[in-house]
Amino acid sequence: MDTFTIAGKTFSSRLIVGTGKYSSPPVMVRAHEASGADMITVAVRRVNLDRTTESLLDYIDTSKYFILPNTAGCYTADEAIRTARLGREVGLSNWVKLEVIGDEKTLFPDNEALLDATRVLAKEGFVVLPYTNDDPIACRKLEDAGAAAVMPLGAPIGSGLGIQNVNNIRIIREFARVPVIVDAGVGTASDAALAMELGADGVLMNTAIAGAQDPVAMAEAMKLAVRAGRLAFLAGRIPRKMYANASSPVEGLVGR
Amino acid sequence: MNGDPYEIAAPLTVAELLQRLEIDARRVAVEHNLVVLKRDAFDRTAIGDGDEIEIVNFVGGG
Repeated sequence: MDTFTIAGKTFSSRLIVGTGKYSSPPVMVRAHEASGADMITVAVRRVNLDRTTESLLDYIDTSKYFILPNTAGCYTADEAIRTARLGREVGLSNWVKLEVIGDEKTLFPDNEALLDATRVLAKEGFVVLPYTNDDPIACRKLEDAGAAAVMPLGAPIGSGLGIQNVNNIRIIREFARVPVIVDAGVGTASDAALAMELGADGVLMNTAIAGAQDPVAMAEAMKLAVRAGRLAFLAGRIPRKMYANASSPVEGLVGR
Repeated sequence: MNGDPYEIAAPLTVAELLQRLEIDARRVAVEHNLVVLKRDAFDRTAIGDGDEIEIVNFVGGG
């Protein structure tokens, strides 16, 4: 069976899904089931003291899903470190999807701050999965700083643009000694399949599923796409050629 | 508390505060004056005048 392992923990699915932006909790639950994912991301925020919202954990079977808290919305290393520490004390995971955002409009990572935060948190025993630029050198530095996996973006968060720099993802995979998870930018199933065909070890997405007209159907599409892309990668594609190469015999044609 | 003033009549512990707010301690993390608390410290961490408290939980995100 084709499994993948991060920091000694093995997952059966290479698809990691989020919990944000769903129209309702029941839709999220059904989408999670349809996705086949066994790791899901959550955000860390102040509790709502007026009790108008239900607890997310009412809708997540933590015996079935592994929880990956994120530091989304953090703009400095200190904020991200603080958020990661709080996320760990909720008590479900010492893993963190580390985000240090550098710009509001693009939500691109501040890689310098990300590197600092990765170093600090890895030393504190966190399993750090940094969300990073699609830059092979940045990924290598994060790995050296103690990242358990690297998570290059395919395109800006929530953009649905697909993988913008195919070659960089390929090079990141070639350079990295830790798992590579394409995080952000996926718009539809073919984007996820492409990420996997490029050799990514996994794909993380939220908006592509939660924002689809039918999130449950899209979740299933993503499950199949990740699986298909992975199989195609392992199978080894044919080389690209400029001209045709007949599939049927050129001998024995009628009337020649 | 969580960025807003919160009045308490007398000093109380973090565990007592959570109880008063009807918050399940098993689902939150608490920071007391910028120090993240272990859950088993909720009982023995006293909150006094001017202290800063952050109470967080998991919400939907990607």
